[in-house]
Amino acid sequence: MSDQDTSSRAGVQPVATPASRRRFLKDAAGVAGGAGLLALGAGLYARQASALPATAIRPPGALAEADFLAACVRCGLCVRDCPYDTLKLAELGDGVATGTPYFEARKIPCEMCDDIPCAAACPTGALDRGLTDIGKAKMGLAVLIDQENCLNFLGLRCDVCYRVCPVIDKAITLERIHNPRSDRHAMLLPTVHSEYCTGCGKCEKSCVLPGESAIKVLPIKLAQGSRAEHYLRGWEEKKAAGESLIGEQVELPVRGLEGKAFGDTRIAPGEGPRGAAPTVPDSKPSSKPGGIDSGWKP
Amino acid sequence: MSAQGTVGASGGKLPPTSVRGAARRGVVARPGREAVEAKGWLQAHKWLLLRRLSQFGILALFLAGPWFGIWIVKGNLSSSLTLDTLPLTDPFLIAQQFAAGHWPYREALVGGGIVLAFYLLVGGRLFCSWVCPVNLVTDAAAWLRRRLGLKGGKVPAGSTRSWLLGFVLLAAAATGSLAWEWVNPVSMFHRALIFGFGLAWGIVGGIFLYDLLVAPRGWCGHLCPQGAFYGLLGRVTLLRVSAAHRSACNDCMDCFAVCPEPQVIRPALKGVGQDHPLILDGDCTTCGRCVDVCGKDVFRITTRFNRSES
Repeated sequence: MSDQDTSSRAGVQPVATPASRRRFLKDAAGVAGGAGLLALGAGLYARQASALPATAIRPPGALAEADFLAACVRCGLCVRDCPYDTLKLAELGDGVATGTPYFEARKIPCEMCDDIPCAAACPTGALDRGLTDIGKAKMGLAVLIDQENCLNFLGLRCDVCYRVCPVIDKAITLERIHNPRSDRHAMLLPTVHSEYCTGCGKCEKSCVLPGESAIKVLPIKLAQGSRAEHYLRGWEEKKAAGESLIGEQVELPVRGLEGKAFGDTRIAPGEGPRGAAPTVPDSKPSSKPGGIDSGWKP
Repeated sequence: MSAQGTVGASGGKLPPTSVRGAARRGVVARPGREAVEAKGWLQAHKWLLLRRLSQFGILALFLAGPWFGIWIVKGNLSSSLTLDTLPLTDPFLIAQQFAAGHWPYREALVGGGIVLAFYLLVGGRLFCSWVCPVNLVTDAAAWLRRRLGLKGGKVPAGSTRSWLLGFVLLAAAATGSLAWEWVNPVSMFHRALIFGFGLAWGIVGGIFLYDLLVAPRGWCGHLCPQGAFYGLLGRVTLLRVSAAHRSACNDCMDCFAVCPEPQVIRPALKGVGQDHPLILDGDCTTCGRCVDVCGKDVFRITTRFNRSES
């Protein structure tokens, strides 16, 4: 109670009888326990909330998430010095650690300022000033996540994500492959290269799809698998050694494809292991009567 | 033991220096009436007005940028940059960073040093009463509580905040992050005022209701670990309140009624456990409200070396 508290604080030392000592210990234990529980609750909440949502991207130069959460004092100076209003401080209920800076690429992406004003403003080192070349920033990694709705994957020439990429032709390239649907067109597939992608999110922002973007910037931890260190990539080993490690290999012909370039397995009419030309299906439907189990096929 | 209702009932049947005694006399609802009669309204609210000016002035400096584009101060109380040159950082946050194992940049360390030196000089918990925005909330709750005549309640022990301070630093060390800053209502409220609230209203409202309905002066006086941190500085601070004219005290209890940490008054005013009239307890927030409400001008703000009595 407050009054007892008042009197004991006022310097009147009670005579230390066993009973009073016991009561003091009991009170102290209660207070310590209560405070400990409160702090434990805060700590648990902190741990649970430290899982960053996939759409929340940290500013350039941000330390790894665990270190970032030890360093960021949530002052918002990075937010104030961002000229494009990209950054914001998380509010309670945003799902991001309260008060820490982040941006959502689909809303406002990072414009990759040359002088990186947000990192320069950080007083604590949560944003590392060692990052001087914004091209080396690793805010996240773009992933073309929806290949079913991406217009380029449908065979169209949208290319917008590729065109807006500040690191065009390095971070995003267009890879030409055969379009098996039309069988006579190419598809130019936007392809992200993690070595150059800074995670600025301009691709995600400008994706023309209504609503959700087909290409998304994700935290690197989510976007990238870990490299299989035990698997030696033969071509890399060969390049490093200057020659094949197992000597030149005999190129065995593929039966029926003799005379074609090695590895070219495309089959023209009249070619092939059986030598049989693929028959062009008759355009006319069969003259057999229709109905169930008639054997008719288009 | 009903309320006797007279301000000057200081005959001495009840111990004059307990809060409960004041409550029984019925002076709790409107303390300072005597002072207004003796000194005039303005003089009886001098420190309160200055304090509100400081609190709102500091808020205005922070809000001038985002609201009107006048960038005098950027950031918030956790860390700020004034006129693009002066860095200021909350040493409580730097202490948490150290506990979490992070060594900040020089700006933060210099800024933290400046703030630390300032509060060591003028009063550790001066932060609580002159700067912290939560004080506006808890002062409002305390005022309403007095006006509504709400009595009693369940108050945690005063040492809870010290324990909590310890556990806050422990939690930072254990999780390797500034765990308390996820929930710290002090930094959250100030940040919310400047950068946007989200659900932080709930936390601020919770503190108001807790102080109003559950525990009088519960948050600032018993729980807040940030206040406990500044209280540590307050133990050695230069600027202090002194009951220099204590011989004139008429035991009206108004100072006890308004004081957010009433336990600090008695040793100085009544000479309990000490001879000099200085309030040296680190819990004193140097709010100056006791100076205001005293009709007999018992209190004054002075240095800790001034032990004189008049």
